[in-house]
Amino acid sequence: MQSITSVNIVAFKTIVTKEIRRFMRIWVQTIVPPAVSAVLYMMIFGTLIGSRVGEMDGHQYIDFIVPGIIMMAVITNSYSNSVSSFFSAKFQNHLQEMLIAPVYNWVILAGFVTGGVCRGLAVGALVAAVSLFFTRLPVENPLITITVVVLTATLFSIAGVVNSIFAKSFDDISIIPNFVLTPLTYLGGIFYSIKLLPDFWEGLSFINPVLYMINGFRFGILGSSDISIGWSFMIILIFIALLGSVALYLLNKGVGIKS
Amino acid sequence: MKALEINGLRKTYDNGHVALNGVDLEVEQGDFFALLGPNGAGKSTTIGIISSLVSASGGSVKVHGHDLQSERNQCKLLIGLVPQEINFNVFETPKNIVVTQAGYYGISKSLATERAEHYLKLLELWEKSDRPAREMSGGMKRRLMIARALVHEPRLLILDEPTAGVDIEIRRSMWAFLEEINRNGTTIILTTHYLEEAETLCRNVAIIDDGSIVEQGAVSELLSRAQFQTFVLDMKQAPSTQPDLQGMTVLKCEGTRLEVQMRLGDNMNKLFSQLDNLGIDVISMRNKSNRLEEFFLQLVGNNDNGGAA
Repeated sequence: MQSITSVNIVAFKTIVTKEIRRFMRIWVQTIVPPAVSAVLYMMIFGTLIGSRVGEMDGHQYIDFIVPGIIMMAVITNSYSNSVSSFFSAKFQNHLQEMLIAPVYNWVILAGFVTGGVCRGLAVGALVAAVSLFFTRLPVENPLITITVVVLTATLFSIAGVVNSIFAKSFDDISIIPNFVLTPLTYLGGIFYSIKLLPDFWEGLSFINPVLYMINGFRFGILGSSDISIGWSFMIILIFIALLGSVALYLLNKGVGIKS
Repeated sequence: MKALEINGLRKTYDNGHVALNGVDLEVEQGDFFALLGPNGAGKSTTIGIISSLVSASGGSVKVHGHDLQSERNQCKLLIGLVPQEINFNVFETPKNIVVTQAGYYGISKSLATERAEHYLKLLELWEKSDRPAREMSGGMKRRLMIARALVHEPRLLILDEPTAGVDIEIRRSMWAFLEEINRNGTTIILTTHYLEEAETLCRNVAIIDDGSIVEQGAVSELLSRAQFQTFVLDMKQAPSTQPDLQGMTVLKCEGTRLEVQMRLGDNMNKLFSQLDNLGIDVISMRNKSNRLEEFFLQLVGNNDNGGAA
């Protein structure tokens, strides 16, 4: 009999392949729209309004906002991929295909999360490519840039799975993105430096975890940011550990997926 | 070693509903076994626990000697499940559905593709293998779930009403396929609403009612314990009054149709001689239900939940 470890290695690859095939099959819905939105942001805020804004934190405004726009696409898409894929699998009962198989729960989680990361990175790469029509991306610290974007995509993919474990209807998977994720992302310093804010609001911004991700990524691209890179990594890793543990606990308990 | 050993299995759902109240069940290796019971009796809960979709509240389950609680993944490798409801991604193609399922059991892509082709061809689905599964008919979808359940070549195949809603021609071809799988050594456990299906296919049967096994044994042995059989007779003319038949019960007399229940083993001539004396001409006659159904109703007939299994 095959060892359970080797079974799970193949199972992990299978889940990831299935996830990538899912979002690539509907690429017009999953990959293209974020690129279109990014072009609009860059045209309107970067080129048209940005030319009047001048510099932000020592950089041309378009250069300043591009890392945030890329990161917004990564966050939104890694989250939406895992939340919609996991919830559909639960709703249509084909999650049972994995639950009856000898697949560890952490492998199921890792598979869905990797799928979300792949979509987040695919969209992020497309938005980055599109941004080259508007600016150049210097990428001062390539390793930091890649690490921050991968960790952030991982974090929001896990968050998507947690959301879908609790979700009972399609409404439940749109509440968090609309009422939590979008405000946090827009208030996370995509379009402005928090140094522009009055002291109270600047202080309040530090409790927004998305601020650390956008600034970490901006540090990788531009070499400067409002937050130290050490803090960025620490906050991202803490949230990954926290949400990852919650997701695994819920899967092991069978919350929302077993009776 | 038994293919399946269940001892004292209990399940109480969060809402307090007791679905299983100490189920004991044994299935021999190579058996073709039917689990029958009225709706809500606990069949699907039992299957859900064996296949790890439902958590047990107590008791133990062993699959080929492996304890489900402590060696769950070893048990899972040995089990193939065909659930009652369609539970695959209908936007995927049948080939992808089967190959993906094989991947969850650690089967390499090349072997999975080979097996998918084998089973999809055997179940006459190969022509549709590259089309989205949503385009398939209900019967095809059920056969696809059988192909999917077999792709890792389980030693114990569990089918929860596999032929529900399938037309008789396809049902019979599925029976032939399952008999072939069973002849090749796979133990099969079946729940079904068609008691004829259980009587035709299965060697052993357990009847579950209200969360407990009320009867278990060889089909032939249980059939010999059936006490009654019911006949439907078509009369040439409708009688003016309901005929009074000694030693048997007239269940229904409507127009030219008469339903008579007799004790198993009673002489049929008694029925015809009485009808003849009453001037009633019978033009045709058939069993209302098969013998297993009679026995089943004898056991759980007072339960009016409706479904047979």
